[in-house]
Amino acid sequence: MLAEFGYGILVVAFLVALYSVGAAVYGDRTKSAGVVESARRAMLLIWPLITLSAATLIYLLITNHFEVSFVYSVTSREMPTYLKITAWWGGQAGSLVFWSWLMSAFASLVTLRKWDRDREFLPWVIVVTSLTTAFFLGLVVFYENPFARYWQTLDGQVLTSMFAPLNTIPLIPADGLGLNPLLRHPGMIIHPPMLYLGFVSFVIPFSFAIAALITGRTDDRWIRITRRWTLWAWLFLSFGLVLGSRWAYDVLGWGGFWGWDPVEIAALMPWLTGTAFLHSVMIQEKRGLLKQWNMILIILTYALVIFGTFLTRSGVLSSVHAFAQSAIGPAFFVFIVVTFASSIGLVIYRWPQLRGETELKSLLSREALFLLNNLLFISVLVVCFWGVIFPLISQLITGQTVTVGPPFYDRATAPLFATLMLLMGVAPLSAWGHSTVKTLGRALWKSALAALLIAVILFFTYTKNAIALVGFFLVALVLLVTIQEFWRGAIGRMKAQDENFFTALWTLISRNRRRYGGYIIHMSMMLMAVGILGINIFQTQTQGTLPVNGSLKLGNYTVQYESIAQFNGPDNRQVTRAVVGVYDQNGNYLGELHPRIDYYPDAQQNMTIPGERSSMQDDLYVLLVDWQPATANGATFKIFVNPLINWLWIGAFVFLFGILVAAWPDRELEYVRERSHRVEQTSAAD
Amino acid sequence: MKLRRSLRIIYFVLFITSALIQTRTALAQQPTPSDDEVNRIAHQLYCPVCANTPLDVCPTEACRQWRDLIRQQLSQGWTESQIKQYFVVQYGVRVLAEPPRTGLNWLVYVLPPLIILAGAILLLRAMKMWTKPAAAITNSTSTSGDDKPSTNEASKDDYVIRLEEELKKRK
Repeated sequence: MLAEFGYGILVVAFLVALYSVGAAVYGDRTKSAGVVESARRAMLLIWPLITLSAATLIYLLITNHFEVSFVYSVTSREMPTYLKITAWWGGQAGSLVFWSWLMSAFASLVTLRKWDRDREFLPWVIVVTSLTTAFFLGLVVFYENPFARYWQTLDGQVLTSMFAPLNTIPLIPADGLGLNPLLRHPGMIIHPPMLYLGFVSFVIPFSFAIAALITGRTDDRWIRITRRWTLWAWLFLSFGLVLGSRWAYDVLGWGGFWGWDPVEIAALMPWLTGTAFLHSVMIQEKRGLLKQWNMILIILTYALVIFGTFLTRSGVLSSVHAFAQSAIGPAFFVFIVVTFASSIGLVIYRWPQLRGETELKSLLSREALFLLNNLLFISVLVVCFWGVIFPLISQLITGQTVTVGPPFYDRATAPLFATLMLLMGVAPLSAWGHSTVKTLGRALWKSALAALLIAVILFFTYTKNAIALVGFFLVALVLLVTIQEFWRGAIGRMKAQDENFFTALWTLISRNRRRYGGYIIHMSMMLMAVGILGINIFQTQTQGTLPVNGSLKLGNYTVQYESIAQFNGPDNRQVTRAVVGVYDQNGNYLGELHPRIDYYPDAQQNMTIPGERSSMQDDLYVLLVDWQPATANGATFKIFVNPLINWLWIGAFVFLFGILVAAWPDRELEYVRERSHRVEQTSAAD
Repeated sequence: MKLRRSLRIIYFVLFITSALIQTRTALAQQPTPSDDEVNRIAHQLYCPVCANTPLDVCPTEACRQWRDLIRQQLSQGWTESQIKQYFVVQYGVRVLAEPPRTGLNWLVYVLPPLIILAGAILLLRAMKMWTKPAAAITNSTSTSGDDKPSTNEASKDDYVIRLEEELKKRK
């Protein structure tokens, strides 16, 4: 009964979403404000409806209703309640409901804003957001129903269906398969919602862009409305990526954080275009240029959001044949093609209206450098996109399965990322409108010289690796230039306003949060770059089988195998935990680590959880690879030393701070807006 | 003279052959390769059955057996390229971290640089098209009132004034 209720609500939500689309179009065409309002209210109804259905699904998950195939596939009796709740997005059908739920929440939020000045956008924003929600709800209703149940025929055959097929009886399994052990990590519990939040919030600027194209109001109003949405979308997507990296580092047991896996790349691609868009819209706001390009960028971002979900959900990555067999794969493909083609068609239709208002005055101006930044982000996108789809093309044309792995991506993207770093160092010093080599050189030379000095010191004290030295030089350059920008601004205010340094710095940042938040983000990127350079260039590893009290040496560390124990952990997992002692190069005891292997009988899967000893200098990362009690050999350990990796995670926190600075609602600005709005209303009344 | 020369050639061939045999025997008799030696090669290969998982870190039993096979091959004196070739013959080119540079696979290496180059040319042309003639630039001034880099005291003051103006605008 509950399953029917949950499914029924989803069907109603799907129909309401379709009504919302139809009513919004009709209301706009007939200029009927009442019908548009009806569309808006219908749209506001979608979120409560999906919430009700999701609550039903969660109840079924928590209460072990294993007759529901989704519940059976992602939970088991032994799983703790919080994991049963998070299992909602742990499987295909549930994650599509989750996507729709978040999408409808964001769509509702955006329609609750004040529309007085932008009334013409409203119907088309409703159309885009409701259509996207309807698409995902359609997938759930027609192809991936999370409420479908098991039925058994008289000859013992098991069927999955929403309603009882003829001559069948309900089948209720005694226990479920349990959530994939890889998804039981705290990082993985938060990672998908973060990514999905990033994905769905990018739909909002896209919907405004389409509204601007359809209505012909192609000034930068749509950009100004969605500026904060874009920043939040970028924040969520960025944090989704960072959390995913941390999860990979802690759970996948290969000593790294990023493996250029197609699923990772699927989330990175919209981030690349989103980042290019964030920079590019500034040119439109400041200089009235790049209107066409900004439209293309946001359309690309939306397409890549859907494409990313398509890649991970359609089965296309494992094989093109799996895609062909998958029910939702072709539906996704058609949706992407139709939405992309129609969006690009609209851009072409409005092309003349989207021409720039001013001219580019210098190839070294900030807008020119931002353009170069855009080219670089799009270049990384080209490499990623091609790397992901080439195996599919190869399989389709030649029938040959190929792997495009990290060596390809590392080689292709490293120079592009290095150039991006250089741009981060140079662009803040260039001016909007006009800069010359001379002015840029004068502003840059001190920081460049200091960065060079740092690289030389590192050459004599830390590394002779040329790539690392170039990387560290660029990191130092960007950090110094950015600090110089803060310094220059604060000193300027101190002189002009007679403030002390900290007050001047605070006022400087709080009065122009977008710019200085951006600079903090640049610095965070450089901290992350230190971590990435460290692990990619200086990582060392060794593996060996040790008897009890045997030891392995790597770098400055000696790891000694002390003991091993097996016991049953929570969540019905069988834990094999080793105790290893860690000593420094002088034989001083540093502590013990507990690498372990968790075996999940329900999923019949092992998880290799590392023992980690973290410092700012490096991470000692110990894995228990194997243990054979029958032999006298003891246990096999794999040890990594990952230099500087923790700067990556520190950088992530600084990054979060930077985005909060840039995106935090501006009270003064809101006050001014409200005041001007009140004045407008009063004068209208007069 | 000719005989001596022929003898020299025969001796040389015999020397090379015996050296090769000795090397082979020495290799065949070398101690069991270490885990690190096995992993160094396994790291360059991908699990033939799991998606996108390097062989050195794949936790499945099948991969454990493949790593043992590499160890066995190394102890028999196989070279790195022979082992990689063996895996390619057995399981296809998907076991390599990158597609081999043959036929259609060239596209994976050639297409991105070509597209990026085309993009760069397009951007440069567009930028030139949007740029004012040089003469106009010298006469023009920045209209945005933003932070132009400063070089002397005067321009520093100018920077502060512009900064203040900008901050005032946001009040």
